[in-house]
Amino acid sequence: MSATPTADAPRPTADLPDPAPPAGPTGHGAVAHGATRAGRLSWWRGDAGEGARRNLGLIGVLVVLIVIGIATRPDLYGDSRWVWENVLTILKLASVVGVVTVGMTFVIIGGGIDLSVGAIVALAGVWATTLATQSFGAGGMIFTALTVGLAVGLVNGVLISYGRLVPFIATLAMLVAARGLAAEISDKQTQVSNNTTINDIAAAKLLGIPLLVYILAIVVAAGWVLLNRTTFGRRTVAVGGNPEAARLAGINVKRHTVLLYALSGLCCGIAAIMLTAQATSAQAAMANLYELDAIAAAIIGGTLLSGGRGTIVGSLLGVIIFSTITNLFAINGLSTEAQNMVKGGIIVAAVLIQQFQFGSLTRFLGRNRPTAAKV
Amino acid sequence: MTTDPTTGSGTSEIVLRLTDVVKTFPGVRALDGVQLEVRAGEVHCLLGQNGAGKSTLIKVLSGAHRPDSGRVEWLGQPVAFANPQAAMRAGIATIYQELDLVEDLSVAENAFLGHEPRRLGFVRRGQIARRTRDILGRLGHPEIPPGRAVRKLPAAGKQIVSMARALSHDARLIIMDEPSAVLAHDEVGNLFRIIRELTAQGIAVIYISHRMEEIREIGDRVTVLKDGRTTAANLPARTTPTRDLVSRMTGRSIEYVFPDRPAAPAESTELLRVDGLGRDGEFADVSLSVRAGEIVGIAGLVGSGRSELLETIFGARRAHTGTVRIAGRALRPGSVGAAVRAGLGMAPEERKSQALLLGEPIYRNVTLATFSRYARLGFTRAGREVAEADRIAGTLELRPRDVHRPVRTLSGGNQQKVVVGRWLLGDTRLLLLDEPTRGVDVGARAELYQVIRALAARGVGVLLVSSEVPEVLGLADRVLVMREGHVVREAPAGELDEDTVLDLVMAGSLMEGVPA
Repeated sequence: MSATPTADAPRPTADLPDPAPPAGPTGHGAVAHGATRAGRLSWWRGDAGEGARRNLGLIGVLVVLIVIGIATRPDLYGDSRWVWENVLTILKLASVVGVVTVGMTFVIIGGGIDLSVGAIVALAGVWATTLATQSFGAGGMIFTALTVGLAVGLVNGVLISYGRLVPFIATLAMLVAARGLAAEISDKQTQVSNNTTINDIAAAKLLGIPLLVYILAIVVAAGWVLLNRTTFGRRTVAVGGNPEAARLAGINVKRHTVLLYALSGLCCGIAAIMLTAQATSAQAAMANLYELDAIAAAIIGGTLLSGGRGTIVGSLLGVIIFSTITNLFAINGLSTEAQNMVKGGIIVAAVLIQQFQFGSLTRFLGRNRPTAAKV
Repeated sequence: MTTDPTTGSGTSEIVLRLTDVVKTFPGVRALDGVQLEVRAGEVHCLLGQNGAGKSTLIKVLSGAHRPDSGRVEWLGQPVAFANPQAAMRAGIATIYQELDLVEDLSVAENAFLGHEPRRLGFVRRGQIARRTRDILGRLGHPEIPPGRAVRKLPAAGKQIVSMARALSHDARLIIMDEPSAVLAHDEVGNLFRIIRELTAQGIAVIYISHRMEEIREIGDRVTVLKDGRTTAANLPARTTPTRDLVSRMTGRSIEYVFPDRPAAPAESTELLRVDGLGRDGEFADVSLSVRAGEIVGIAGLVGSGRSELLETIFGARRAHTGTVRIAGRALRPGSVGAAVRAGLGMAPEERKSQALLLGEPIYRNVTLATFSRYARLGFTRAGREVAEADRIAGTLELRPRDVHRPVRTLSGGNQQKVVVGRWLLGDTRLLLLDEPTRGVDVGARAELYQVIRALAARGVGVLLVSSEVPEVLGLADRVLVMREGHVVREAPAGELDEDTVLDLVMAGSLMEGVPA
């Protein structure tokens, strides 16, 4: 807080009273201090700095979790081959939810929410494993899953954009409807996948790393590029950050909103294939409560629930933190109930930290700056 | 009922006295020595242009703001209300223009919202209903059922509920902020009848309105504010000539520095032609044109339809009647995208909520309308954007010039430069500016004026809306005056003076009616 002025601060002697306008002591003075304050803090408040700083915090949480793992099971952590295998287990565990979370991150940054992701995964999985679809082979199954995901996402988007439904309601309705349709299609049965190519996706390894982890990596990388380097990503931030400003700048907010939900649906289609491959089957109840995992991971990763801010890397770290906790409880032989309680606590803690950083801390700094200047 | 109710208000007790009240916000001295004296049972009118400090004064009186210095005496005691509830308990009620009612609660529940009589934690519904019925009777509206949901009442009915709430607190002073703005003109008579009944019961009313006729009809005394200062206090409302009142509202202490107007704009091509444009309830039958290199100013008050007109030209609202043509080609109605492609740009009225991504860096705000044009195959080119934004920042003398900084850290004037600068990047031919200098300090104003004039010199057409008459007169080549949805005058700026325009803007007789 009492940082030294950085190179890009407009005036190195920022603590001196502003010499330019001989105005009232509070009026112009306050503005001048506001400006220099931002200059000083820009080393962590810059557009890239803020996200990076937060992600460092998430990595810190991961380190703590690993230390707890080492402390509770030193016997396992002594075996380096086990440690490597365990890392792959955690990543594999994170892969399916991770892919869904990338789509969810876009939707939330764009100012929406998608409660139907789990249901879309189930519908896409079930549709891809009907006997009729399976007869077209692996390509047909993948195409079906992706198309179903995309189509359902489009329906969500159109309902929200052009039907003016609140995202919460539209996707809640879709959650119910898509699971219903999945149950109908599958006749409430578990549909076994007989396609070895699909089933191999879960088992296959490349250079010792599961294919599922590669898929996650590709989706995350693509998501990162899309968000940070393309006009699509820029529109997403604009639409979520200030829809009216985006509209008045000529951005087609409605069309973009549709595309965001379609993207989320597409991610669900990819996840459906991955999950079907893991289970070598699909059923209407699969991917249960994935929406909560994905939303929680995005929030922990620093995505602002009101839209306009968030990072893909943060969301990925959020997912990995969750699977690390699951893993930590598994290797210690503890119950899922305790696990869920800890996860709930972590979600609350993450949001509290966010509020502290962006509410109290800035206000705290704002209050103290003028006093510091007088000293 | 038609005669003067309380001419002898000079003898009644002073309930409220403000002495040298000052309130500053960062960069703005909103109140700079306000004097005000209100007597029991009088209607005290508060007059002033937009930005004169009326809203801030209301907020000080209602406990929403605390004054930095000066004295507020209420019923003879110096007071400092910690919050609106405290002011309410002390007997000062405020009826805001946007009525703060809970639409889905009943009339009675709204009247007693926040201070419901209760027993053992249960609200005494019967008592609330009975007392509300009494109050509505006092207000001359026993026909409003206390159990009716407020949502189902017309605007005038909602206003009466607001007053009922004030009376439920036993208010001794009711502040009414442009109460007639939401009413049709036959309802205004009813409002006045209620106000007279209130004052007859010894309740003081501070009445804010831009309509001179209303002030004449209902007011007892007038206090005029200008630039946060009281310029005239306790003038008789019925007899003071309009000219006197207007000149006290305008006589400037802040000198506006306007760039020189080029001698006579040469005949140039017509950029914008608007014919018979209208939107129900907002404005009607507006026709105007803007030529290349010309600055056309629209003077008018909030509610005159000026901002709505601008947004409709820009496609942010869909016109119900009429056409907009850009360089002779009809513009697709209701499409901002089409307007931007045709070369229109707009700096909207509410900078923060309508124009900026506050947390995003300056350069991304500057390129918000153009980043796709710099992109290649859908990939943004941040380097190019930063360079372009920095160039604009240089042209507009943005301070600080670091375009990576979040736009939230800029002062109001510099934020406005970002919004205007956004449209300098593309091939904008016509710029629509809605209150470009609101919340902008004097120095930055002069700079913005220079920028706008420089744009015009480059051949850009500018359509400027402002409620500050000197700004319109000083900056524009040609001026349109809007009142209640209609253009009431069009003339070259040189042929108009401030008093004339203010007269036109405010003369607003209710009898002329609002567009159907």
